[in-house]
Amino acid sequence: MADESLAVEIMSSHVTNGTKDVGPGDIVVVKPDILLMNDVTALLAIRVLEETGAEDIIDCKRNNTIIVLDHYSPPPTARIASSYRRLRAFARKHGCLFKDVGEGIMHQIAVEELVEPGQLALGADSHTITYGALTVFSTGIGSTEAAYILATGELWLKVPHTINVELKGTLEWPLTGKDVVLYILGQTGGDGAVYASVEFMGDGLKSIQVSDRLTISNMMVEGGAKTALFPVDDILLDWLMRERGIDPRPAWKRLSPRKAEPDLYVDLGRLEPMIALPAAPYNVAPVREVEGVEVDQVFIGSCTNARYEDLAEAARILKGKKVKDGVRLIVTPASRRIYHKAIETGIMEVLHSAGAVITPPGCGACFGSHMGVVGDDEVMVSTSNRNFPGRMGSPKAKIYLASPQTAAATAITGRITDPRDI
Amino acid sequence: MNVDRVLEGYVVKLGDNVSTDDIIAGRYLHITDPEELASHLFENRPEIRERLLKAKKPVILVAGRGFGYGSSREHAPIALKTYGVKAVLAESFHRIFYRNSVNNGLLVIEVKGMADLVDDGDKIRVDLRAGIVETPRGTIRIGKIPDYVINLILSGGLKEKLRSIASQKSHT
Repeated sequence: MADESLAVEIMSSHVTNGTKDVGPGDIVVVKPDILLMNDVTALLAIRVLEETGAEDIIDCKRNNTIIVLDHYSPPPTARIASSYRRLRAFARKHGCLFKDVGEGIMHQIAVEELVEPGQLALGADSHTITYGALTVFSTGIGSTEAAYILATGELWLKVPHTINVELKGTLEWPLTGKDVVLYILGQTGGDGAVYASVEFMGDGLKSIQVSDRLTISNMMVEGGAKTALFPVDDILLDWLMRERGIDPRPAWKRLSPRKAEPDLYVDLGRLEPMIALPAAPYNVAPVREVEGVEVDQVFIGSCTNARYEDLAEAARILKGKKVKDGVRLIVTPASRRIYHKAIETGIMEVLHSAGAVITPPGCGACFGSHMGVVGDDEVMVSTSNRNFPGRMGSPKAKIYLASPQTAAATAITGRITDPRDI
Repeated sequence: MNVDRVLEGYVVKLGDNVSTDDIIAGRYLHITDPEELASHLFENRPEIRERLLKAKKPVILVAGRGFGYGSSREHAPIALKTYGVKAVLAESFHRIFYRNSVNNGLLVIEVKGMADLVDDGDKIRVDLRAGIVETPRGTIRIGKIPDYVINLILSGGLKEKLRSIASQKSHT
């Protein structure tokens, strides 16, 4: 059994229609352990429930359903504030788990409080794929599908084929999960992993912490992946114990590291800081190749790179320094918990003293609607996940995607800077 | 609301990895009204918007690889369909967009090699029964669609299924 993919292993245990003996290409019906919706996708799901007359038959408890207000949070317009009232009322009426304005990004909350290895999580948000770092089969769905699960408890999925990625060598400062995933996206392009379960293996896992794994799984959707799974190993077990107080479970043995013929290698020892150029996340180059490009703004935020470790690394570079005159540095922590810890440990003081503008937790500027979007012809280095035209403001702006280390170094010099030079 | 097995439309040609951010920008996602969403199509990609607004309806989008890249926003297929896009034919699709389209009765079909056969404004005909697309420069076969999915497409997707489940439960 252990030579089956992690995806097949987890899906098999969630199938509700007949045989558990499933393989790639099969279409199965599964019961997710967790269903997640954000403010924008939940609004549409509620509309679907109203249109189809299904609101009376829904059950938020069956699949442990959570609604998180993260995209427009806190609301920038009266119209959106009114929509938020609607979402609060819906969650209260049906007993859904609910996180209000300022609690943080849905994916970060899921990782901090909800998901654990071996589960199947479906979320109406493409970056639901993030929890693969915790060996959760997690993938994005639409709003109609979320409504369908609320009403029936189930959804159809195709069992994915596997792309095995072998990580070799050791990841060392200032390299991060972001550099790893940007490198991989350079190999897959925007569609090279479409429908696939991307699964990570190899000795290199030993030098990749959970925070970096979350970044890697998160951005594999930019290559089209359905899910992006790390195995249960000592690093994950330690993290689960430390951060969540969860003891190892016997069933997790089946989710141990795999050995398989790799489809892709990453030699961590030979990697260098990477950056995605405008206007696609797979349009990558080493930072060295574009250093010196002048920037107007730096954004450290999003479900990709605004965890405590990311803020701490940025602070390590910015400590005792100032953001370059004329450049804005916007920092949006991924969750309230992260924000609080960064206050307690002095990280926020360092960032603030360096000149950072610190916003409430949430999706922030990554979503292109508020809290630091950019204007015509402006240039930004962002730690987020997408840099399409108009993604973070004006379609005429240019967005580069990089690690928190590269972002912090760039904020100091006002030009795209390799963090090894600071 | 069953989906037609044979349909005709006028081509608007697009490239690779057209994203759902391209189709409908993030700043409009608090909107759930289909007409209002449709009025904002491709605002982040003015050159596409211009060609779409000029095109004769119904529109069939013919795209390259990875159509529907990125965000899970179901607003994208809703806006396309409401505007008058009948189908999207692409070399390949990103999976969430594909599923969302099926669930909203927007026909999405993988077809290889279409781009060489058509130009903007061409009238083409999709025949799901025969499994072909007819263009002014020849006929092309469409890829195999799994039975489960084709049945879902033809019955109008999960939204219709939900409607019938809801009406059955309310009568029992």
